[in-house]
Amino acid sequence: MSAATAHHDEAHGHEPSYAQQTKSNRLGLWLFFFSELFLFGALFAARFALWGNTRPELSQVLGLIVTSILLVSGYFMYRAEVAIAHDDRKTFLSSLLAAAFLGIVFFVGVVILEWNVFGLELNAFGVEWFGRLKPRDGVYGGVFFAMTGMHALHVLSGVILILFVWNNGRKGHFSPEQHWGVEATALYWHYVDVIWVFFYPALYLIGHLA
Amino acid sequence: MGTGKIILTSSFTRGIIGQAVFAALGIAFINVIRAALGLEATLEPGVVFGALISVIGFLLGAGVFTDWIKWIGGQKTPLRHGTPAGKPEWSRYLNVDYNHKVIGIQYGITSVIILLVGGIFAITFRLELAQPGMQFLDNDAYNTLFSGHGIVMIASILLGVGAMVNYLVPLMIGAPDMAFPRLNAFSYWVAVPSAILILAGMAVGGWDTGWVAYPPLSLRAPLGVQLFLLGFYMNGFSSIAGAINLLVTVATMRAKGMSLFRMPIFVWAAIATALIQFTATQTVGVSLTMAVAERVIGLNFFDPVGGGNPLLYQHLFWFYSHPVVYVFVLPGLGVISELLPVFSRKPLFGYKWIALSSLGIALLGFLVWAHHMFVAGMPNSLRYAFMLSTMFVAIPTGVKFFSWVGTMWEGKLSFETPMLFVLGAISVFLIGGVTGPILANVPTDLHLHDTYWIVGHFHATMFGGFIFPFFAALYYWFPKITGRMYKESLGKLHFWLMTPAFWVMSLGQMSAGIMGMRRRIADYDPALGVANTQMLVTIAGLVIGWSVLIMVYNLVSSARSQEMAAMNPWRSRSPEWQIPSPVPEFNYDVPFEVVGDPYDYGLSDSEYIRMMPAPSGD
Repeated sequence: MSAATAHHDEAHGHEPSYAQQTKSNRLGLWLFFFSELFLFGALFAARFALWGNTRPELSQVLGLIVTSILLVSGYFMYRAEVAIAHDDRKTFLSSLLAAAFLGIVFFVGVVILEWNVFGLELNAFGVEWFGRLKPRDGVYGGVFFAMTGMHALHVLSGVILILFVWNNGRKGHFSPEQHWGVEATALYWHYVDVIWVFFYPALYLIGHLA
Repeated sequence: MGTGKIILTSSFTRGIIGQAVFAALGIAFINVIRAALGLEATLEPGVVFGALISVIGFLLGAGVFTDWIKWIGGQKTPLRHGTPAGKPEWSRYLNVDYNHKVIGIQYGITSVIILLVGGIFAITFRLELAQPGMQFLDNDAYNTLFSGHGIVMIASILLGVGAMVNYLVPLMIGAPDMAFPRLNAFSYWVAVPSAILILAGMAVGGWDTGWVAYPPLSLRAPLGVQLFLLGFYMNGFSSIAGAINLLVTVATMRAKGMSLFRMPIFVWAAIATALIQFTATQTVGVSLTMAVAERVIGLNFFDPVGGGNPLLYQHLFWFYSHPVVYVFVLPGLGVISELLPVFSRKPLFGYKWIALSSLGIALLGFLVWAHHMFVAGMPNSLRYAFMLSTMFVAIPTGVKFFSWVGTMWEGKLSFETPMLFVLGAISVFLIGGVTGPILANVPTDLHLHDTYWIVGHFHATMFGGFIFPFFAALYYWFPKITGRMYKESLGKLHFWLMTPAFWVMSLGQMSAGIMGMRRRIADYDPALGVANTQMLVTIAGLVIGWSVLIMVYNLVSSARSQEMAAMNPWRSRSPEWQIPSPVPEFNYDVPFEVVGDPYDYGLSDSEYIRMMPAPSGD
């Protein structure tokens, strides 16, 4: 028993401190972001290789709305991070929920409305609310669904991360000094936002209608 | 606990069960949904989804995610250390373990096993090629075997790179472990179900596209190609996670005084490798995902019928797959640079130049990919650009050769097995190196593209850049890893069988190529006049195969012997040789400080590292 305890103490001495581990984590996360640039960059390159100076016909209003929603959710994520740094747990938790909710709205906007997975139709306020582009519509369908799909996957994983953080925050985890989990999730969320800032014009704005 | 029970309850067994269960669930799930939607029953979508989640099943079953799942629930989990109570030490290698040395050895053993599997594929189709006409394989089996040989060997090499990097780098920089031990375990374990997927692809119909899987052929290939694409894709997670881990480890965990230009030179090679792995791997991931999606969902990227562009696949594919050959060779070249000073008893010639040439090769490697596509129909202007950039690769590579010769010059050379393999590596890599510019030149490439000349060329670069140095590393660090010495006589026998056989094989392949022998073809016209060469190449291949088996026997039997090796049999200055073998759980009991240059062999009173005094009051 005493040998086991001694072993445990020895092992404990080899664990890096929170500050040191966070330093490593931060570098690792940024390297991961840099790595992901090549993933999104390859999709971006595929868009210009296959579409050139053209674009498919998409609902401009819908695109603008989902983009705005995603950007606003970034604000709430930022607010959550600042709140935990100031030990304001109430704002922290409510902002996380707001960010996750807007993330889900964006995801629904892309998958249900833009992708139109249920094949619906609605014309209100002079806007087509359900997309017409289908996955099998040649390179336009291919690239559009690949880019929005890969991005939506990241949004979905971001929402799940935010909800995990919220759940742990609710249980009293995280402190103004130690909240790497919040910081990492916030960075990831902003990163996914910024990717969309490049994807949105590439899909909706650049080029003339095909 | 009995041996049988340990194996049956190991992560490995649980992972395989998890993979099988999840594959079955995935196939069932998709087919139930398709039936509910009234779609016709086809195999492929279910198989793809099943294969995708089967990797998650493996990792869940093996217990790779256990700590992370607890973190999600808000629990803190201390790292497990040492052998679990009541279990033998060897059981660690069958289970998820967080120690970088255990993971390194897991990588190494898996790499050698997969190397043997890929070797068996090669021997099989080499026997078919020994004579013109079809003997015992049909075209489909031949296609599957050479495609499988390619990707299985690549998987083996990536695992071998992981083995060297994981085991050596923390030891060399004085770190107790990698920066992210759990991610490190993930990097190893995700490669196992990926390899299983690729082998399963060969079993369920195989595929006929080679390891490059160019569309539109891969869009029409048999079902096996899907498992190959997915296995290849999943293996990318291993590369990316492992590379990020390595970069963070080197950036944040070096010993006191170990500035960048005082690191052992292998660490520089590992950094250059990681820089390629954590970026370029993403683009091949995109190209493979696109090919899978084009087949299953009908998204159009590559099939010209729908307006797609097959060249796009080749660009994305080679943007990774050319740099990745430097992932294969840079660690090997690092081993050559690491070992030469030890066996020459002289400082490494031009340390900084070698360090920077590794980075140079890694960065140039990103600018040359389209030289694989000179005959693919891309614009002429691109041909010139890529011809030129490819030629430039010869400069940093030449720096390395120059420095190796400079290191050996007037040294006190001794010829133990690791040194023999280093010299073999240089000779073989030279063959691969000088035959490269001929392929980089557009006019000669147009003639030699897709011939056996290419096969000879890249086998020489892979053997010289990876296989020979990897074997040198296995022999050299074997006493460090096991505490035992391998049998020198068998090691030398291995070398003297393998090296001449390889020269014959590689030069034979190139000469057959010049005569017009095409690659990826099961049969050839006797009138080509290459039948004797082909027979010779097959015999040489068999000799190489047997010599590798000798190595495996040598290492396994020596590891079980009772006799302990000397602590520093090579009189190396490197930190890992200044501590007992096998290395203790936490590497260095007391941290060391770097006080000099790493390779000042033969300089009296020069010190590289100094163990720091133990903290007082301890």
